[in-house]
Amino acid sequence: MNHTPIPAPELEAVAVEGLSRGAFLMRGALATGALLGGSAVSPFVRRALAQEGGGDVDVLNFALTLEYLEATFYSRAIRKGRGLGADTVRLVREIHDNEAAHVDALRGTIKQLGGRPVEAPKVGFGDVFTNRSRFLGLAQTLEDTGVSAYNGAAPQIRSSEVLAAAGSIVQVEARHAALIRLLNEETPAPSPFDAALAEKNVLEAVTPFLKS
Amino acid sequence: MPDPDTQSGALAQLQGDPATRKRFLRMIGGAGATGALGLLVAACGGDDEKDRAAAGGATKTTMASTSSDIAILNYALTLEYLEADFYDQAVQSGQIKDRAVADLAKRIGEAEHAHVDAIVATVKKLGGTPVRRPATKFDDVIGGGPAKILEAAAVVENLGAAAYLAQAPRIKSKDVLAAALSIHSVEARHAAALNKLTGRGFSGRGPLDGSLPTGAFASPLPMDRVLAEVKPFLAS
Repeated sequence: MNHTPIPAPELEAVAVEGLSRGAFLMRGALATGALLGGSAVSPFVRRALAQEGGGDVDVLNFALTLEYLEATFYSRAIRKGRGLGADTVRLVREIHDNEAAHVDALRGTIKQLGGRPVEAPKVGFGDVFTNRSRFLGLAQTLEDTGVSAYNGAAPQIRSSEVLAAAGSIVQVEARHAALIRLLNEETPAPSPFDAALAEKNVLEAVTPFLKS
Repeated sequence: MPDPDTQSGALAQLQGDPATRKRFLRMIGGAGATGALGLLVAACGGDDEKDRAAAGGATKTTMASTSSDIAILNYALTLEYLEADFYDQAVQSGQIKDRAVADLAKRIGEAEHAHVDAIVATVKKLGGTPVRRPATKFDDVIGGGPAKILEAAAVVENLGAAAYLAQAPRIKSKDVLAAALSIHSVEARHAAALNKLTGRGFSGRGPLDGSLPTGAFASPLPMDRVLAEVKPFLAS
């Protein structure tokens, strides 16, 4: 095959088959000889990229960021929580265990796909852990947002197995959301259809809690 | 269109016997079937978890894919009809005395009706024929009092969540998948609320075992298992 290098500047704006530009550039040998633009990528390149799980890794890392956020939120509640009530504490412990398991599973899956798991972000939640109502309110927001984040991201997943895994996690997040809402004396299912949020909107929603 | 009274008898036969299933599929001619049963059966088998990337790109769908998605939606529709009918009867019976619980049952029923409407519309949009509303059999449950009613509600919601989870990876169209997921998580919310009301924990033991999460991860249930579990509620 004749490897003629393609000028790189156009790559700046290109997301190929769901891969970030950086990830695409890493695949140098595959990139050379390939046309730019999603649908113009040759079948060989597309298959190879799919096998390396580029797109799915990005989706899972997005999910992982949210799971870190939740896991840290609940572990702080366990450590610093005051006056939350026995029922809330019991549920929080159970949810925390789940979120920690989700973190482990996502990290493991990302590595299996040949990707690198993102690290836990630094997070801050202010003074919610000593006020039951504020705590439950934020928990409800985080859980509802998590469900909508998974629902928004899942259709982009290419592998059936990864989709099944994401589905098995979002279902549990939805159960969390319902139980938190009940403790918060809110309706467990506010709408017949759970929203699907785009990644951008999810990140906007959780940015207040991410410390740079 | 098949008579609903013969549906569950035929269903039982088809579930239990692969030879009968194959014969039936030959008779109805696969993708051309419009009968409720035919669509349900067509959805059950076939190639399941093909790698979605192998389809060669995000939006490419074929007639076979659409047909398969329609079959899955019709399966979901049957379950949603079942749920909607159940809550209608439960609420109308006046058996649930606790005001908050009665309100919850009413809201959940409204959601299930919304699911029915959405799936019917989606099937039609895809060029398919929505299955007919099945005849249901909830008398024993409704007559059994509030505890039995809530127990049955929990069973059905957990089954519904497990059903959607199992079907999601089989759905070919991204739009249909997005719709299914937006319902799946709501069924899970219902299930969790009812589990709590019936004194059931998060993951569990007992008759719902297969459809409850195992620890942190939810369990899918394949179509034939779900249909077998809801069979008692379908009129024969």
